[in-house]
Amino acid sequence: MTKISLTRRSFLAVSGAVAASGLPSWTVPARAAGLAPTRSMRGGANNYLAGAPIVDRIGGGGFWMSGTVRRAGDGAPLSGQRIQIWAHTTEGYESDWESHGATLTDENGNYRLEMPQIVPAFGQAHGHLAYDSGDFETVFLRPVMKSSKDKSLEAHFVLKPV
Amino acid sequence: MISGIRAKLIWLAFIIVMITPLVAAATSELLAWRDSIYIMAGFAGIFAMSLLFAQPLLIGGYLPSLSPRNNRKIHKWVGGLLVAMVFIHVLFLWFTSPPDVIDVLLFRSPTPFSLWGVIAMWALFFMGLMAALRKKLRLSLHLWRRIHLALAMVTIIGSVGHALLIEGAMEQVTKIIICVLVIAATAKIAIKYLNQHTPRSGRRKP
Repeated sequence: MTKISLTRRSFLAVSGAVAASGLPSWTVPARAAGLAPTRSMRGGANNYLAGAPIVDRIGGGGFWMSGTVRRAGDGAPLSGQRIQIWAHTTEGYESDWESHGATLTDENGNYRLEMPQIVPAFGQAHGHLAYDSGDFETVFLRPVMKSSKDKSLEAHFVLKPV
Repeated sequence: MISGIRAKLIWLAFIIVMITPLVAAATSELLAWRDSIYIMAGFAGIFAMSLLFAQPLLIGGYLPSLSPRNNRKIHKWVGGLLVAMVFIHVLFLWFTSPPDVIDVLLFRSPTPFSLWGVIAMWALFFMGLMAALRKKLRLSLHLWRRIHLALAMVTIIGSVGHALLIEGAMEQVTKIIICVLVIAATAKIAIKYLNQHTPRSGRRKP
Protein backbone atom coordinates (compact mmCIF):
# COMPACT_ATOMS: atom_id res chain seq x y z
CA MET A 1 0.00 0.00 0.00
CA THR A 2 1.21 3.43 -0.82
CA LYS A 3 1.94 5.55 2.15
CA ILE A 4 0.58 9.06 1.78
CA SER A 5 2.82 11.59 3.40
CA LEU A 6 1.26 14.98 3.91
CA THR A 7 4.06 17.48 3.90
CA ARG A 8 3.45 21.21 3.67
CA ARG A 9 4.61 21.12 0.07
CA SER A 10 2.29 18.30 -0.98
CA PHE A 11 -0.58 19.88 0.91
CA LEU A 12 -0.06 23.16 -0.93
CA ALA A 13 0.25 21.32 -4.25
CA VAL A 14 -2.98 19.41 -3.69
CA SER A 15 -4.94 22.37 -2.37
CA GLY A 16 -3.58 24.47 -5.24
CA ALA A 17 -4.74 21.87 -7.73
CA VAL A 18 -8.19 21.79 -6.12
CA ALA A 19 -8.39 25.59 -6.26
CA ALA A 20 -7.15 25.62 -9.87
CA SER A 21 -9.80 23.09 -10.90
CA GLY A 22 -12.43 25.75 -10.34
CA LEU A 23 -15.17 26.33 -7.86
CA PRO A 24 -15.50 24.23 -4.72
CA SER A 25 -17.23 20.95 -5.52
CA TRP A 26 -20.41 21.80 -3.60
CA THR A 27 -21.22 24.68 -5.94
CA VAL A 28 -21.10 22.56 -9.10
CA PRO A 29 -23.29 19.50 -9.57
CA ALA A 30 -21.72 16.24 -10.66
CA ARG A 31 -20.66 15.95 -14.32
CA ALA A 32 -23.54 13.59 -15.13
CA ALA A 33 -26.04 16.31 -14.24
CA GLY A 34 -24.58 18.57 -16.97
CA LEU A 35 -25.08 22.29 -17.18
CA ALA A 36 -25.97 23.82 -13.81
CA PRO A 37 -28.89 26.24 -13.56
CA THR A 38 -28.15 29.94 -13.13
CA ARG A 39 -28.78 31.15 -9.62
CA SER A 40 -30.51 34.43 -8.91
CA MET A 41 -28.07 37.20 -8.05
CA ARG A 42 -28.23 39.25 -4.87
CA GLY A 43 -30.44 42.30 -5.35
CA GLY A 44 -31.54 40.96 -8.75
CA ALA A 45 -35.23 41.34 -7.97
CA ASN A 46 -34.94 44.92 -6.67
CA ASN A 47 -37.54 47.26 -8.17
CA TYR A 48 -39.05 44.38 -10.15
CA LEU A 49 -42.54 45.09 -11.46
CA ALA A 50 -44.38 41.98 -12.65
CA GLY A 51 -45.77 41.65 -16.13
CA ALA A 52 -43.95 44.24 -18.24
CA PRO A 53 -45.16 44.14 -21.86
CA ILE A 54 -43.17 42.63 -24.72
CA VAL A 55 -41.78 45.62 -26.61
CA ASP A 56 -39.62 46.27 -29.69
CA ARG A 57 -37.58 48.73 -27.69
CA ILE A 58 -37.61 50.32 -24.22
CA GLY A 59 -37.87 54.10 -24.57
CA GLY A 60 -35.56 55.76 -27.08
CA GLY A 61 -32.99 52.98 -27.16
CA GLY A 62 -29.26 53.33 -27.88
CA PHE A 63 -28.09 50.55 -25.55
CA TRP A 64 -28.33 46.80 -26.11
CA MET A 65 -29.07 44.12 -23.55
CA SER A 66 -28.51 40.63 -24.92
CA GLY A 67 -27.85 37.06 -23.89
CA THR A 68 -28.82 33.43 -24.17
CA VAL A 69 -31.38 31.19 -22.51
CA ARG A 70 -30.61 27.47 -22.21
CA ARG A 71 -31.99 24.48 -20.41
CA ALA A 72 -30.14 23.15 -17.39
CA GLY A 73 -28.63 19.72 -17.83
CA ASP A 74 -28.35 19.30 -21.62
CA GLY A 75 -27.80 23.01 -22.38
CA ALA A 76 -30.38 23.01 -25.16
CA PRO A 77 -31.29 26.53 -26.36
CA LEU A 78 -34.77 27.58 -25.30
CA SER A 79 -36.81 29.52 -27.84
CA GLY A 80 -39.81 31.76 -27.14
CA GLN A 81 -38.81 32.44 -23.55
CA ARG A 82 -39.83 35.78 -22.08
CA ILE A 83 -37.04 37.81 -20.45
CA GLN A 84 -37.93 41.02 -18.59
CA ILE A 85 -35.38 43.83 -18.42
CA TRP A 86 -35.17 47.04 -16.37
CA ALA A 87 -32.48 49.48 -15.19
CA HIS A 88 -31.74 53.03 -14.10
CA THR A 89 -31.20 54.74 -17.45
CA THR A 90 -30.93 58.18 -18.97
CA GLU A 91 -34.72 58.03 -19.26
CA GLY A 92 -35.82 56.90 -15.83
CA TYR A 93 -35.49 55.02 -12.55
CA GLU A 94 -35.64 51.27 -12.11
CA SER A 95 -38.95 51.71 -10.33
CA ASP A 96 -40.54 53.59 -13.26
CA TRP A 97 -42.96 51.43 -15.25
CA GLU A 98 -41.54 52.92 -18.49
CA SER A 99 -38.09 51.55 -17.62
CA HIS A 100 -39.41 47.98 -17.85
CA GLY A 101 -39.81 45.90 -20.98
CA ALA A 102 -39.67 42.29 -22.08
CA THR A 103 -38.59 40.32 -25.14
CA LEU A 104 -38.68 36.72 -26.36
CA THR A 105 -35.76 34.45 -27.26
CA ASP A 106 -35.36 33.39 -30.90
CA GLU A 107 -35.07 29.77 -32.15
CA ASN A 108 -31.41 29.67 -31.02
CA GLY A 109 -32.26 30.81 -27.49
CA ASN A 110 -30.84 34.29 -28.05
CA TYR A 111 -32.52 37.47 -26.96
CA ARG A 112 -31.65 41.10 -27.62
CA LEU A 113 -33.52 44.23 -26.58
CA GLU A 114 -32.69 47.87 -27.21
CA MET A 115 -33.13 50.22 -24.27
CA PRO A 116 -31.89 53.63 -23.08
CA GLN A 117 -28.27 53.98 -21.87
CA ILE A 118 -27.79 52.51 -18.40
CA VAL A 119 -26.24 55.03 -15.98
CA PRO A 120 -24.66 54.29 -12.59
CA ALA A 121 -27.21 54.10 -9.80
CA PHE A 122 -26.47 53.25 -6.18
CA GLY A 123 -22.79 53.28 -7.04
CA GLN A 124 -22.72 50.83 -9.95
CA ALA A 125 -23.86 50.82 -13.57
CA HIS A 126 -25.99 47.69 -13.63
CA GLY A 127 -29.04 46.14 -15.22
CA HIS A 128 -31.78 43.83 -13.97
CA LEU A 129 -33.26 40.83 -15.77
CA ALA A 130 -35.91 38.31 -14.86
CA TYR A 131 -37.14 35.02 -16.16
CA ASP A 132 -40.50 34.61 -14.43
CA SER A 133 -42.86 32.79 -16.79
CA GLY A 134 -43.28 29.73 -14.60
CA ASP A 135 -42.25 26.86 -16.91
CA PHE A 136 -38.82 26.99 -15.34
CA GLU A 137 -37.68 28.20 -11.94
CA THR A 138 -37.69 32.00 -11.62
CA VAL A 139 -34.28 33.67 -11.96
CA PHE A 140 -33.38 37.32 -11.27
CA LEU A 141 -30.05 38.63 -12.56
CA ARG A 142 -28.18 41.85 -11.81
CA PRO A 143 -25.18 42.09 -14.17
CA VAL A 144 -22.72 44.96 -13.62
CA MET A 145 -21.16 46.85 -16.53
CA LYS A 146 -17.35 46.77 -16.78
CA SER A 147 -17.44 50.45 -17.66
CA SER A 148 -20.37 52.81 -17.30
CA LYS A 149 -19.53 54.04 -20.84
CA ASP A 150 -20.37 50.61 -22.34
CA LYS A 151 -23.15 50.56 -24.90
CA SER A 152 -24.20 46.98 -24.24
CA LEU A 153 -24.48 44.37 -21.52
CA GLU A 154 -24.93 40.60 -21.59
CA ALA A 155 -26.70 38.25 -19.23
CA HIS A 156 -27.13 34.52 -19.71
CA PHE A 157 -29.74 32.19 -18.28
CA VAL A 158 -29.60 28.46 -17.69
CA LEU A 159 -33.07 27.51 -16.52
CA LYS A 160 -34.17 24.55 -14.48
CA PRO A 161 -37.54 22.99 -15.39
CA VAL A 162 -40.08 23.21 -12.59
CA MET B 1 0.56 82.62 18.16
CA ILE B 2 -0.28 82.43 14.51
CA SER B 3 -0.18 85.80 12.77
CA GLY B 4 -3.37 87.29 11.37
CA ILE B 5 -2.57 86.77 7.71
CA ARG B 6 -1.42 83.21 8.25
CA ALA B 7 -4.55 82.40 10.23
CA LYS B 8 -6.68 83.76 7.42
CA LEU B 9 -4.82 81.64 4.87
CA ILE B 10 -5.30 78.50 6.95
CA TRP B 11 -9.02 79.21 7.21
CA LEU B 12 -9.23 79.90 3.48
CA ALA B 13 -7.47 76.61 2.68
CA PHE B 14 -9.75 74.79 5.12
CA ILE B 15 -12.90 76.21 3.50
CA ILE B 16 -11.62 75.41 0.00
CA VAL B 17 -10.95 71.79 1.04
CA MET B 18 -14.43 71.58 2.56
CA ILE B 19 -16.36 72.91 -0.42
CA THR B 20 -14.33 71.71 -3.44
CA PRO B 21 -15.75 68.14 -3.44
CA LEU B 22 -19.28 69.60 -3.35
CA VAL B 23 -18.60 72.05 -6.19
CA ALA B 24 -16.92 69.34 -8.30
CA ALA B 25 -19.81 66.92 -7.71
CA ALA B 26 -22.27 69.64 -8.76
CA THR B 27 -20.86 69.35 -12.29
CA SER B 28 -21.42 65.56 -12.50
CA GLU B 29 -23.37 64.46 -15.56
CA LEU B 30 -25.11 61.82 -13.44
CA LEU B 31 -27.18 64.56 -11.80
CA ALA B 32 -29.12 65.01 -15.06
CA TRP B 33 -30.62 61.55 -14.57
CA ARG B 34 -31.49 61.91 -10.90
CA ASP B 35 -34.35 63.70 -9.17
CA SER B 36 -33.81 66.19 -6.34
CA ILE B 37 -34.24 63.61 -3.57
CA TYR B 38 -31.54 61.35 -5.01
CA ILE B 39 -29.26 64.36 -5.61
CA MET B 40 -29.72 65.58 -2.03
CA ALA B 41 -28.96 62.06 -0.75
CA GLY B 42 -25.65 62.12 -2.60
CA PHE B 43 -24.71 65.61 -1.51
CA ALA B 44 -25.53 64.87 2.14
CA GLY B 45 -22.98 62.05 1.88
CA ILE B 46 -20.36 64.27 0.24
CA PHE B 47 -20.89 67.02 2.81
CA ALA B 48 -20.55 64.42 5.58
CA MET B 49 -17.15 63.52 4.13
CA SER B 50 -16.09 67.20 4.35
CA LEU B 51 -17.33 67.32 7.95
CA LEU B 52 -15.21 64.26 8.73
CA PHE B 53 -12.23 66.36 7.68
CA ALA B 54 -13.24 69.21 9.99
CA GLN B 55 -13.71 67.06 13.11
CA PRO B 56 -10.10 66.09 13.89
CA LEU B 57 -8.88 69.61 13.03
CA LEU B 58 -11.37 71.14 15.46
CA ILE B 59 -10.71 68.85 18.39
CA GLY B 60 -6.96 68.95 17.77
CA GLY B 61 -7.00 72.75 17.84
CA TYR B 62 -5.41 73.04 14.40
CA LEU B 63 -7.76 75.75 13.19
CA PRO B 64 -6.45 79.16 14.26
CA SER B 65 -8.28 81.80 16.31
CA LEU B 66 -10.52 79.31 18.12
CA SER B 67 -10.29 78.88 21.87
CA PRO B 68 -10.11 75.28 23.16
CA ARG B 69 -13.62 75.75 24.56
CA ASN B 70 -14.96 76.87 21.19
CA ASN B 71 -13.14 74.00 19.49
CA ARG B 72 -14.92 71.47 21.68
CA LYS B 73 -18.25 73.23 21.28
CA ILE B 74 -18.02 73.35 17.49
CA HIS B 75 -16.73 69.76 17.39
CA LYS B 76 -19.91 68.70 19.21
CA TRP B 77 -22.16 70.66 16.88
CA VAL B 78 -20.41 69.33 13.80
CA GLY B 79 -20.74 65.83 15.24
CA GLY B 80 -24.49 66.33 15.49
CA LEU B 81 -24.55 67.69 11.95
CA LEU B 82 -22.62 64.62 10.76
CA VAL B 83 -25.18 62.26 12.27
CA ALA B 84 -27.94 64.32 10.62
CA MET B 85 -26.21 64.27 7.21
CA VAL B 86 -25.67 60.51 7.28
CA PHE B 87 -29.28 60.03 8.37
CA ILE B 88 -30.48 62.18 5.45
CA HIS B 89 -28.12 60.33 3.08
CA VAL B 90 -29.63 56.96 4.00
CA LEU B 91 -33.23 58.19 4.30
CA PHE B 92 -33.22 59.91 0.91
CA LEU B 93 -31.57 56.91 -0.73
CA TRP B 94 -34.34 54.84 0.84
CA PHE B 95 -36.92 57.15 -0.76
CA THR B 96 -35.11 56.66 -4.09
CA SER B 97 -34.91 52.87 -4.01
CA PRO B 98 -36.21 51.14 -0.85
CA PRO B 99 -35.14 47.57 -1.73
CA ASP B 100 -31.53 48.61 -2.36
CA VAL B 101 -31.27 50.38 1.00
CA ILE B 102 -32.96 47.51 2.85
CA ASP B 103 -30.40 45.10 1.32
CA VAL B 104 -27.59 47.38 2.51
CA LEU B 105 -28.92 47.65 6.06
CA LEU B 106 -29.36 43.87 6.24
CA PHE B 107 -25.80 43.27 4.97
CA ARG B 108 -27.03 41.40 1.90
CA SER B 109 -26.34 44.00 -0.78
CA PRO B 110 -24.43 42.88 -3.89
CA THR B 111 -22.35 46.08 -3.75
CA PRO B 112 -19.24 45.79 -1.55
CA PHE B 113 -18.96 49.54 -0.92
CA SER B 114 -22.29 49.66 0.86
CA LEU B 115 -20.88 47.37 3.55
CA TRP B 116 -18.12 49.89 4.28
CA GLY B 117 -20.72 52.63 4.46
CA VAL B 118 -23.07 50.83 6.78
CA ILE B 119 -20.23 49.95 9.19
CA ALA B 120 -19.14 53.61 9.19
CA MET B 121 -22.74 54.67 9.80
CA TRP B 122 -23.21 52.46 12.86
CA ALA B 123 -19.84 53.53 14.30
CA LEU B 124 -20.86 57.18 13.82
CA PHE B 125 -24.34 56.69 15.29
CA PHE B 126 -22.85 54.87 18.26
CA MET B 127 -20.42 57.76 18.77
CA GLY B 128 -23.32 60.20 18.63
CA LEU B 129 -25.29 58.17 21.16
CA MET B 130 -22.30 58.01 23.50
CA ALA B 131 -21.77 61.75 23.17
CA ALA B 132 -25.42 62.41 24.01
CA LEU B 133 -25.17 60.18 27.08
CA ARG B 134 -21.67 61.24 28.05
CA LYS B 135 -22.61 62.71 31.43
CA LYS B 136 -24.61 59.62 32.37
CA LEU B 137 -21.91 57.23 31.25
CA ARG B 138 -19.37 58.80 33.65
CA LEU B 139 -16.39 57.40 31.78
CA SER B 140 -12.95 58.66 32.64
CA LEU B 141 -11.57 61.14 30.14
CA HIS B 142 -8.89 58.59 29.23
CA LEU B 143 -11.43 55.82 28.46
CA TRP B 144 -13.78 58.23 26.70
CA ARG B 145 -11.05 59.38 24.34
CA ARG B 146 -9.94 55.84 23.65
CA ILE B 147 -13.43 54.67 22.68
CA HIS B 148 -14.21 57.86 20.78
CA LEU B 149 -10.98 57.68 18.78
CA ALA B 150 -11.45 53.97 18.00
CA LEU B 151 -15.00 54.59 16.75
CA ALA B 152 -13.80 57.63 14.80
CA MET B 153 -11.22 55.50 13.04
CA VAL B 154 -13.83 52.89 12.11
CA THR B 155 -16.07 55.70 10.80
CA ILE B 156 -13.28 57.22 8.75
CA ILE B 157 -11.88 54.00 7.28
CA GLY B 158 -15.42 52.85 6.49
CA SER B 159 -16.38 56.16 4.91
CA VAL B 160 -13.22 56.37 2.81
CA GLY B 161 -13.62 52.79 1.58
CA HIS B 162 -17.29 53.48 0.85
CA ALA B 163 -16.54 56.63 -1.15
CA LEU B 164 -13.59 55.28 -3.12
CA LEU B 165 -15.44 52.17 -4.34
CA ILE B 166 -18.53 54.05 -5.53
CA GLU B 167 -19.15 55.29 -9.02
CA GLY B 168 -21.32 58.25 -8.23
CA ALA B 169 -21.62 62.01 -8.37
CA MET B 170 -18.23 62.71 -6.73
CA GLU B 171 -15.48 63.78 -9.09
CA GLN B 172 -12.60 61.29 -8.94
CA VAL B 173 -9.64 63.58 -8.14
CA THR B 174 -11.43 65.66 -5.50
CA LYS B 175 -12.77 62.44 -4.01
CA ILE B 176 -9.29 60.99 -3.57
CA ILE B 177 -7.93 64.27 -2.17
CA ILE B 178 -10.63 64.65 0.48
CA CYS B 179 -10.25 60.97 1.45
CA VAL B 180 -6.47 61.34 1.87
CA LEU B 181 -6.93 64.55 3.90
CA VAL B 182 -9.55 62.94 6.15
CA ILE B 183 -7.19 60.04 6.87
CA ALA B 184 -4.21 62.36 7.39
CA ALA B 185 -6.12 64.61 9.82
CA THR B 186 -7.36 61.62 11.80
CA ALA B 187 -3.92 60.02 11.84
CA LYS B 188 -2.47 63.26 13.21
CA ILE B 189 -4.92 63.22 16.11
CA ALA B 190 -4.38 59.51 16.73
CA ILE B 191 -0.59 59.98 16.85
CA LYS B 192 -0.94 62.98 19.15
CA TYR B 193 -3.16 60.93 21.45
CA LEU B 194 -0.82 57.95 21.47
CA ASN B 195 2.15 60.23 22.29
CA GLN B 196 0.23 61.68 25.21
CA HIS B 197 -0.70 58.27 26.55
CA THR B 198 2.40 56.17 26.07
CA PRO B 199 2.82 54.55 29.49
CA ARG B 200 6.58 54.09 29.10
CA SER B 201 7.25 57.81 29.01
CA GLY B 202 5.77 58.21 32.47
CA ARG B 203 4.90 61.82 31.82
CA ARG B 204 1.80 63.24 30.35
CA LYS B 205 1.75 66.40 28.42
CA PRO B 206 -1.03 68.77 29.43
